[in-house]
Formats: sequence, structure tokens, C-alpha cells
Amino acid sequence: MNSEYTALMSRKNEIMKKAIAIDYSGFSRGKVAFDYEAMMREVGYSLDEIRLIQSESGVGNTPLYELRNVTKLARHYSSEGRGARIFIKDEASNPSGSFKARRAATAVYHAKKLGYRGVIAATSGNYGAAVASQAAMRGLDCIIVQECYDSNGRGQPEIIEKARKCEAYGAEVVQLTVGPELFFVFLKLLDETGYFNASLYTPFGIAGVETLGYELNQQMLEKTGRPADAVVITNAGGGNLTGTARGLLKAGADSTKVIGASVNLKGLHMASDRQFNLKSFTTGHTGFGIPFATLPDRSDVPRSAGRPLRYMDRYVTVNQGEVFYMTEVLAQLEGLERGPAGSISLAAAFAIAKEMGQDETIVVQETEYTGAGKHIQPQISFARENGIEVGIGNPADEVPGKSIILPEDPSMISAVDLDLDKLRKSLIHNCVKELDSDQIRALESVDIEYMALETKTSADYVRRCLSEISCGN
Amino acid sequence: MKAKKDDWVRIHSILMQGGQRAPQVPEDTAEVPYESWNKGFLVDDEAEPGSEVTIETSTGRRVSGTLVEINPAYKHSFGSCIPEIFHIDRKLKSIMKEIWR
Repeated sequence: MNSEYTALMSRKNEIMKKAIAIDYSGFSRGKVAFDYEAMMREVGYSLDEIRLIQSESGVGNTPLYELRNVTKLARHYSSEGRGARIFIKDEASNPSGSFKARRAATAVYHAKKLGYRGVIAATSGNYGAAVASQAAMRGLDCIIVQECYDSNGRGQPEIIEKARKCEAYGAEVVQLTVGPELFFVFLKLLDETGYFNASLYTPFGIAGVETLGYELNQQMLEKTGRPADAVVITNAGGGNLTGTARGLLKAGADSTKVIGASVNLKGLHMASDRQFNLKSFTTGHTGFGIPFATLPDRSDVPRSAGRPLRYMDRYVTVNQGEVFYMTEVLAQLEGLERGPAGSISLAAAFAIAKEMGQDETIVVQETEYTGAGKHIQPQISFARENGIEVGIGNPADEVPGKSIILPEDPSMISAVDLDLDKLRKSLIHNCVKELDSDQIRALESVDIEYMALETKTSADYVRRCLSEISCGN
Repeated sequence: MKAKKDDWVRIHSILMQGGQRAPQVPEDTAEVPYESWNKGFLVDDEAEPGSEVTIETSTGRRVSGTLVEINPAYKHSFGSCIPEIFHIDRKLKSIMKEIWR
């Protein structure tokens, strides 16, 4: 083991505290609980403050389009009276081309307010460009740390494009090979520069997404006279879903079903050098979605503000071929050429709309920008170069890391339900995994209530689950 | 070609050797080194590719590593033609014609 690595990791808490200026310990309660709402209230910003911060930097107020032709296509394959109206929130219209501008706007504003000279974010996704763009607007230095290459120096075209975009906004980009040691490089940079940790998972980052849910509801009221029946949200680290759902609730849309969607990458190990370039999606996939849902506090802050199981009513997966297909459908039928990762929720919504009534509505909550590298053509091309079989057929037969199957027919697009009950139990299990059976039995109501909120269940549900765990111990 | 002071260059470094990786990485990753790449302006007066150099990055940091590229270009593109996409498009058009009729 590298001695510099060990020495730096032992100073992790001290470095983090300086780089984020939040004392998370004040929110701890009971044995396992923490007061999530107090954290959001005391450290975050109100919805009105955030709307103001975002409007200063051109973020938000993105258009909501009705996808009339995609709806017609879905109805063509639905039974009589089925096929909900499908809408899409065009988040690609944000300054850096994705909803991540909302998260970055608040994080960078906060960094500037606290007097930091620069910001650092660890991300291979759209968030890097968002932080770089916001830092440019507010005159802060910016470093983006990316996991980008395998050991042969082969990089995902999508990630390489994002590096270009970060540099276009004046950021320094540090590119790394595959591995969790990215966190070590990230810590080292925070320590060296004294910059702010513009983590994706701070209370203000997540609160930045609340405006998306809020706006979406306002726009649906204007267009249809009532809240959406369902909103489909791509889920990876959990922040997109959490923020949007909180915004919907703040807008009073408590009848709207919150559906998470991830690309199915079952069987691929996210830290594997060999498997790194066998996937065609670098985020929005189950490799992040499931672990972060069941154990949110695994990110670069002690307590993540993204806690998706608190809000999720349903969680579905779609295959890579289906997402690529729907990205093409969006361009061909609606005249909207957007990036593939933004179409994960579109593929899920297309399948789910077929189950819903024609008088109902379903909203695809985001789009993202597209361009060289970040487009279905280079991404499928790269997959083929890496030995992935690409063909047209039944996407249900797709095997992540081996094949990409574009649907022969739109009727084949389906959203596969994940067992939410299993994920909830897994979260509860993770909460108490450091405790022995006696300690579990002695948990008080503050901890029970906390786990009920974490899983959107009841105290009875948590008690039943805990008794299964303590009997099994 | 030699790089001169203030040329825009790309450098490479090995941060950890294979076998010294973090304990939690899978076997295939543990065997390979952990590498990084940075870009910036060359601080040295002159350097050949492959030599150890120092650069100044766009945030003003000084970083050392092996010089690998002078005037590094973006080479990502739209990839090769994916004929399957055109087949999808043709089929979609015919379905939509039927729907619109």
C-alpha cells in the first residue's frame, strides 16, 4: 500500500471539513439517525433564494415540451384508451447543457459567498461542465477530476467530450485511470489548493434541483390544468431524484408519482479496469443507482443530501439499446437532438405511458446536450470497437458488457421494475450493520422514525424488518 | 519536435504502481498502475517528449510529469457509421406514416 495514500486518507475528515465548511456532526440523533430536514433547512437555501441565485446565472426556467409524436407512437402500441400524454423538460437549455447547472449554481454561489478562491469537483459527468461554467461566471478557479481512461489509455468518448467542455469554460481537468483512488487525488487537491469541495451531494447542491420539480409542476398546471400524474427521473447518485421530488412536494404536487429510472448494467463492476469501457453509459446506471439508494452516505461528503428512497414510488431499469433507440426517436419524431444519458428517463416513460390512461400525463424530467463523443453514433461506435456486439433485435436479450440490442420494434421497449421492498430492507440493513442484536433491539423511536422516513415506510415496517435482521444475526 | 517554454502541453504521471493500489479495487485493477494526465503551459525552457517536465495549469498550479504531447488536440468525433441507426430511422418513418394516415 502506498504510504502517501494512507497518510492522506487518515486526514480525510479534517480536509473535508475545511473544504466544505459544514459541521455534519450537529445533525446526528440517536444511534443511527440524523436530522435530514434540519440539515437541509440550516445549511441549504430556501426555494426562493435558489430561484434568485439561479436566475442571476441564467440557470433554470427551461422549456417543457409536449412530445406529441412520441405519445402517438406509444398509443399505437397501447391497448384501447391507454397511452398517457408524454412531456419533456428540456434541461439541455441550461448554460452548460444539463440540469446539473442547477446544482452547480448553488454550490459555486455558496463557495464565493464563503470566500473560497476556487472550486473542485470529482465527476466524469455533466456536473463538471456545470461547475466549470458557473465558476467562470462568478470568477472562481475550477478543477475537475475525472475517471477517464482504462490502463490502455482508452477513454470513453463521452467523458473526453466532457473534459473538452470543462476546458472550454477555463477549468483545469485532471484525468485519471479507473479506480476509487480518485478520492485520494481529490483530497490531495483540496488540501493543496484550499478550494471549496463543490460536491454533488451537499444540501445546497440538492436544493438547487428543487427548482426543477417546482418549475415542472407550474408548467404542467399551465399546460394541462393539473399536476403531472407521474414524473420519471434518471437515478444515479440520488440527487436528481431527491431534489426534483422535494421541489414537486414544495409546489404541492403530492399526488405526482415519482419514478426512478436507471440503465441496466447488471454484472459490470464499476471499479474494474477491464470492464470500464464495456459499458456505454458513464452515469444514470444501476452501478451507481442501486448502491447509492441503499447506502446514500458513500459519497464525498459525510451525509449525502441525495436520499432517493425517501421519495421514490417506483424504480425501473431500461437497457442501453432502448435508451439509444429513444434518443434517435426524440430526434427523428420531435426534432430534438439531445444526448443519450438524458434519454434514460424517456425510454422508461415511453414504456410506462403505455400502461397509463390517455387522460393521464407523464413527464420526462430532463434532457442533456449532445455533440462529438456524446451522441449515440460515437458511443455505439466505441462499444463496437471494444468488442460489444451491436445489433437490432429484442432488447430484453441484451447482456451488459457483451451486447447492445436496439429494438426491432418500439413495442419491445419495456421498463423492468426493481423490487423497492428489497432496496428498502437493504437500506435498513445498512443503517444497523455496525450494531449487534441487542443494540438493534434497544433502538429508540428516533432511530425507528428515521429509518421509516429514509425508506418512505412506517415505524411498523421498520420494526418488522429489524426483527428479521436481529433474528438472523 | 521539441517543446519550448510556454507551449501548451500534456503530461502523464504514474501515481501508484500496480500492486500498490487501494485495498478495495478488483483484481484486474490492482495489477495495473494508477495514472494521471494534466495539461498546462511548459515551465521548462525546452523539453523533448518523454522527458520529465513541469507545467503551469490553468489554475496556476505547478505539476510535474512526463511530457507526452505538444499542442494536444481533441480527437473525439462522431465515430464510424452505425448503419443500424439508419435502419431504425427508415422503420420509424414507415410506422409514423401509418399512424398519421
